[in-house]
Amino acid sequence: MSAKKTLFDKVWDSHVVHQIENGPDVLFIDRHMVHEVTSPVAFLGLKNRGIGVLHPEKTFATADHNTPTTNQHLPVADPLSANQLKMLEENANEHGISYWGLGHEKNGIVHVVGPEYGITVPGATIVCGDSHTSTHGAFGAIAFGIGTSEVEMVLATECIMQPKAKRMRINVTGELQFGVTSKDVALFIISQLTTSGATGYFVEYAGDVFKSMTMEGRMTVCNLSIEMGARGGMIAPDETTFHYIKDREFTPKGAAWDKAMEYWQTLYTEPGAIFDKELTFDGSLIEPMITYGTNPGMGMGISKDIPTSDMVQGGASTYKKSLQYMKFGEGDSMIGKPIDFVFLGSCTNGRIEDFRAFASIVKGRKKADNVTVWLVPGSHKVEKAIKEEGILAIINEAGFELREPGCSACLAMNDDKVPPGKLAVSTSNRNFEGRQGPGSRTLLASPLVAAAAAVTGKVTDPRELMQKEMA
Amino acid sequence: MAYDKFSTLTSTAVPLPIENVDTDQIIPARFLKATERMGFGDNLFRDWRYNQDNTPKADFILNDSKYNGKILVGGHNFGSGSSREHAAWAVYDYGFRVVVSSFFADIFRGNCLNIGVLPVQVSADFLQKIFDVLEKDPKIELKVNLPEQKITLLATGESESFDINDYKKNNMTNGFDDIDYLLNIKKDIQEFAKTRPF
Repeated sequence: MSAKKTLFDKVWDSHVVHQIENGPDVLFIDRHMVHEVTSPVAFLGLKNRGIGVLHPEKTFATADHNTPTTNQHLPVADPLSANQLKMLEENANEHGISYWGLGHEKNGIVHVVGPEYGITVPGATIVCGDSHTSTHGAFGAIAFGIGTSEVEMVLATECIMQPKAKRMRINVTGELQFGVTSKDVALFIISQLTTSGATGYFVEYAGDVFKSMTMEGRMTVCNLSIEMGARGGMIAPDETTFHYIKDREFTPKGAAWDKAMEYWQTLYTEPGAIFDKELTFDGSLIEPMITYGTNPGMGMGISKDIPTSDMVQGGASTYKKSLQYMKFGEGDSMIGKPIDFVFLGSCTNGRIEDFRAFASIVKGRKKADNVTVWLVPGSHKVEKAIKEEGILAIINEAGFELREPGCSACLAMNDDKVPPGKLAVSTSNRNFEGRQGPGSRTLLASPLVAAAAAVTGKVTDPRELMQKEMA
Repeated sequence: MAYDKFSTLTSTAVPLPIENVDTDQIIPARFLKATERMGFGDNLFRDWRYNQDNTPKADFILNDSKYNGKILVGGHNFGSGSSREHAAWAVYDYGFRVVVSSFFADIFRGNCLNIGVLPVQVSADFLQKIFDVLEKDPKIELKVNLPEQKITLLATGESESFDINDYKKNNMTNGFDDIDYLLNIKKDIQEFAKTRPF
């Protein structure tokens, strides 16, 4: 009797070139995404070895981490950033890799453009020198972030050496409440598991909540898998997936599509397959979420109070240090806290659906005077859709401006830095100390919560603003 | 890149009893703009180590002259967050060859192993013992023995064994490199590539 296979097993096992006893598997990689920050030392390594890129046609490069989000037609002012961008362009040209640099119509955040152009497909193995590569798992791919030594490894050999992760399934059942988004589902799960609760595992998300999610929503969830320590997350491909990828530039066409579909339809977890760990949550109990601390696991329903140190897992001293950094007290309510900055964007929430959500709340309202708001599309394609769908007109009317695509204030490598001590509501993925600029304080939340903060100037339950419109 | 061979190390240690130390603390993103692997140690724990005017923060452990050595001891879930290998480079470049914790984030652990920093995972109790002993006496040494997979607190003689897979252990002991391994099976990889549908 053969063992029932999980989705993860099916994709992983079909990519194993070689198994090393009491060591890692040699795993073949179908798609390698490259950006300017984690690749230069890898290309230098190839040069030192005197070797080239084994599969340039499976390798795609885009500039995103370091790029400015205004005046992209001008030369990049920061010499170090400009140098990294130049290096990527030169390396891509030298090795025959597609390069979507600044100003290129396909430019954008690596995890936004990959799916947009159909580079991301079900059943593929996808890596990138960026931990949020887990995003692509939304399509039923095995996708995970790697270090620069591994970037060099994949450039040189199209393989990676990794021990196979353990399997975890997270089921979220039922129906989400009004005003609750995929971001809230992910922040809720992380708050339950902590930032290390899924370390060593590859997670499959299952249940009605994920089945009824759009691809954008699934990408947000899989994107945040790394924030609970997971190697990656994935969702079995279904009609929603196939509909999204059909006719995209790099997806198979004609007979090749039909053949691929035959395979893709086998990509699901067989009934009775065993997971090393399985968790189930009731989706109807999830509220809009907000974080209050300095890691993504420190999140709660927006109407709740900050837990006291005796209620949390882990050491009280680390917890207190975190709240001290945030200038919050145990038992505080988050509602009503004044906000200085709002950031809508990133590989977590920089897609068209996120801008639609933001616009749905700010429509007919005005930007609060006390907030600086950065609205950064994940790609030029997203930017174009914002304009074509009339969203730009709505946000301009409300007093907001749209910036140009890039990672921006998510990690603040460019000039989009939240100043010391300032408090930001961000749709990005990390609220670590100083993540959005030295001394910056970050509250992670959904685009709806971000929009509510942008028009009220304080932490506000978005459902209050939404209910008014329904009445 | 082949790296230093690692067999045993006896050294004093620097304790950092904080949980969930993330890669943005180990090396903030604004220091990731280099195109060569050089000088990252200067910015290790930059924002915990220095004030905004670049003066050292007196209460941070790396600025305490009593504590030094080649072993960094961190709290639970060390290295969470980003995949930036720069975090491991910063740890190495500063002079650490071993990081001890009761739990490591996955990618950070892998990055360390790939560049010749040995992650040593111990029990929560043993970690606490190390912290307690170091707090009392910064001169206490730890001995890390890779062939025997054993870490010993020399002051008390207490030791624990730690896990590492045979392949990585062999690589670290001999300074072998993953890419050399893969280049040696390049023919197999090329044959495999032909079977991939997309």
